[in-house]
Amino acid sequence: MITAAAQERQTYLNESYGLKSWLLTKDHKRIGLLYLGTITFFFFLGGIFATLIRLELLTPKGDLVAPDTYNKLFTLHGVIMVFFFLIPSIPATLGNFFLPIMIGAKDLAFPRINLLSWYLLVIGGCFGMYAMLAGGVDTGWTFYVPYSSTYSNTYVVATGLGIFIAGFSSILTGLNFIVTVHRMRAPGMTWFRMPLFVWSNYATALIQVLGTPVIAITLVLLICERSLHIGIFDPARGGDPVLFQHLFWFYSHPAVYIMVLPGMGIISELVSTFSKKAVFGYKFVAFSSVAIAVLGFLVWGHHMFVSGQSVYAGLVFSFLSYFVAIPSAIKVFNWTATLYKGSISYATPMLYAFGFIGLFTVGGLTGLFVACLGIDVHVHDTYFVIAHFHYIMVGGTLMAYLGGLHYWWPKISGRMYPEGFAKLSALTVYLGFNLTFFPQFILGYLGMPRRYWQYPDEFQVLHVMSTAGASVLAVGYLMPLIYFTWSLRYGAIAGPNPWGATGLEWQIASPPPAHNFDETPIVTTEAYDYAALEAAKVG
Amino acid sequence: MDSHVETLALREQFETPAQQKEASTLGMWIFLVTEIMFFGGMFLAYAVYRSIYPNVFSTASNTLNVVIGAVNTGVLLCSSFTMVLAVRSAQIGSRKALIVFLILTMLFGGVFLGVKAYEWNEKFVEHHVPGPTFHLEGTPMQGQAQLFFSLYFAMTGVHALHMVVGVGIMLTLLFQAYAGKYTPDYYTPVDVGGLYWHFVDIIWIFLFPLLYLIGRHHH
Repeated sequence: MITAAAQERQTYLNESYGLKSWLLTKDHKRIGLLYLGTITFFFFLGGIFATLIRLELLTPKGDLVAPDTYNKLFTLHGVIMVFFFLIPSIPATLGNFFLPIMIGAKDLAFPRINLLSWYLLVIGGCFGMYAMLAGGVDTGWTFYVPYSSTYSNTYVVATGLGIFIAGFSSILTGLNFIVTVHRMRAPGMTWFRMPLFVWSNYATALIQVLGTPVIAITLVLLICERSLHIGIFDPARGGDPVLFQHLFWFYSHPAVYIMVLPGMGIISELVSTFSKKAVFGYKFVAFSSVAIAVLGFLVWGHHMFVSGQSVYAGLVFSFLSYFVAIPSAIKVFNWTATLYKGSISYATPMLYAFGFIGLFTVGGLTGLFVACLGIDVHVHDTYFVIAHFHYIMVGGTLMAYLGGLHYWWPKISGRMYPEGFAKLSALTVYLGFNLTFFPQFILGYLGMPRRYWQYPDEFQVLHVMSTAGASVLAVGYLMPLIYFTWSLRYGAIAGPNPWGATGLEWQIASPPPAHNFDETPIVTTEAYDYAALEAAKVG
Repeated sequence: MDSHVETLALREQFETPAQQKEASTLGMWIFLVTEIMFFGGMFLAYAVYRSIYPNVFSTASNTLNVVIGAVNTGVLLCSSFTMVLAVRSAQIGSRKALIVFLILTMLFGGVFLGVKAYEWNEKFVEHHVPGPTFHLEGTPMQGQAQLFFSLYFAMTGVHALHMVVGVGIMLTLLFQAYAGKYTPDYYTPVDVGGLYWHFVDIIWIFLFPLLYLIGRHHH
C-alpha cells in the first residue's frame, strides 16, 4: 500500500489525463513534451530526405532520382532540418521544460503564449508538409531570388508561409524566455547564480527576437513578389537580388547561433555534473554566450563573398568573422579546464559532451577556413562547406541535444534508460557522424560542388564512405528512440537526483510536480556548488 | 466574489501583481523591438533603392496626394491622443471615460483605414500599381518607378494590417472595459495595448515623410 501511494504522487504527467489536457495545457513541461514529439517527427522526416540524397550519391550517375527531384530532396532536407528541427530543438523542448525550473519559477511568464508558439510551429509545419506533398520545392533552403521569385515552378509560397509562421513560434519562445529570466527568478537567484544553460538560452532568445523578424519580412516580400508581382528584388525592374541575400543572411547567419548556443549551454551543465566541478571561469562562459549572440549579427556577409558584394565589405566581414572564434574558444578551453583534476565519470551524457567538444572544435576551426576570403573562393558552394556546417549543426547541436536528452530524461520521465545500450548509441552516432562528414571535407577541397546529383567517377570512393557513414548514423539515431520509449515502462526508477547534480531541477522529485516547487525556493548558493550539495545531504 | 476578481487579475505563475505588470510591459516592449526589426527590412530596402534611384523616387513620390496623407497623419495623431486619455481614464478608474476614449480611438483608426483604402483605389485608377499595366508619367524608368510603388504598397499595406490588428485589440479592450474588468489596480492590458497603438502610429510618422514628402522641393 505504501508503494502504491508513493507511485500515485502527483506529477505533471498524472495531474490530469486525456488529449484535451495536453492540447490545451499551459504547463511549460507538457508543452516541452509536445515540442519534443513534434520535432522528433520532423527530425526523422528530414532524415528520410537525407537518406534519399545519400542513396542517390552512392553512384556517380544520376540513377536513382531525376535531377529535379534531387533539387527538391536537398531543399526539403534543409528546410525541415533547419526551420522545423534545429531552430526549435533545444530551446523549445529542454529549454521550455527546464529554464523555469532552473531559476526557481512556477512557469514561464506567458504560459498561453508558450502554447500558442507550439501551435504556430505545427501550423507552419502543415504548410511545409502541404508543399512537400503537393509537389515539393526546389530552390534550396536559401530561397535565392530571382530563381525563387520568378523562375521556379514549385511550391515556394506555401513553404515560405510555413517558415514565416514557424518563425513567429521562435520569436514568441524567445520573448517568453527573456521576460522569464528578467522577471521570474526566485529570491536569491541572481544573474550570476543562474546555470549556464539559462544564460545560453537567454543569449539565444536575444537572437530569436532580433533576427527572426527580418527573415519574416524578407519572406513576406518574396511571397508578394511571387504572387502579386510587385518587384522589390526583381533585376528586370532595377531591383537588387543581392539585397535579398543580405536580408536572408542577416537572420540566417545568427540562426546558426540560435541552433548551437543552447547546445553549448547543455555542454556546460554536462561537463560540470560529470566532473563534479564548478565550470571554470563561470562569468567568461556566461558572457561568451552573449558575445556570440552580438558578434553573430555582424558577420552575415561571409556567406556572400562571391555574390558581388563590394570587396571592402567582404574584407570587413572576413575580419569580423574571425572574432567569433574568441568566445567560442573561451568556451572550449573553459570546458577543458573544468575537466582538469575533476572526478570524471563516463556516463552517456558525458560521452555526448566529449563528442560535442571534439566535433564542434573541428567545425569551428574549419569555419576559420571559410571565413578567409582566399580559401572561401576555392571552397565556396562545395562539400567543404557542407561538411563544415554539418560539424556545427549535427556534430554540435544534435550531439548536445542528445546529450541533454539523456541527462534530463530521468527528470522528465522519472525513469533511467539502459546505460549500456545508450553508450553504444553514443559511440555509433560519433563514428557514423565522422564517417559521413569527414570525407565531405576532402570531397569539397577536391572540388565536388554542393547540390549536384551526379559527379565524376574519381569522387565515388569518398561518396560511398559518406553514404556508409550515414547508414551507421541512422542506426545510432534510431536506438535512443527505441530505448527511451522502452524506458517509459521498464526503466529503473530514477529518483530525484541520479547524477548528483546541483541545479534546482535536481532538488525536486522526478518527474516534477505540476507546479514545480511546493514552495518558492530561496537560493543561497552559487551555481555548481558541489560542496553545498554535499553539506545539505549530510545535514 | 473578491477572490474571483483577484484570480482574474493575478495569474498563477506570478507571485505579486507588480511582478505580473512588469512582465507584461517588458513583454510588449520586446514585441515592439521585433516589430522594429520587421519593418526595418522594408526601411532598408527603401533606403537602398532611394539612394540608387533618387530622381525616379522623387518623381513617383510627387504623384502621391500629400493633402490626404497629411490629413491621415493628423487623424492618427488624434487617435494616439485619445489612446493616452483612455489609459489615463483606466488609471483613475473612470470606466465611462475609458469606454468613450477606446471608441474614439477605434473610430480614428477606422477613418485612417478608410482614407487609405481610397488612396489605394486611386492607384489602381491611375495605373500606379506594379504589374503589366503600370505607367508613370514623367520618367522613362518605368521599372524603377515600380520599385517605388512596390515599396509603397508593401509598407503601407503591412502598416494597415497592423492598424486592423490594433482595432481588434481596441475592440477586445472595449468589451473587457464594458464588463468592468479594469480597475486602478489592474489595467495592464489597456497600458500595453496603448503601447502597441502608439508604435503603429510612430511607424506611420516615418512612412509619411519617406513616401509623400521626399520630392516636394522639386516643385
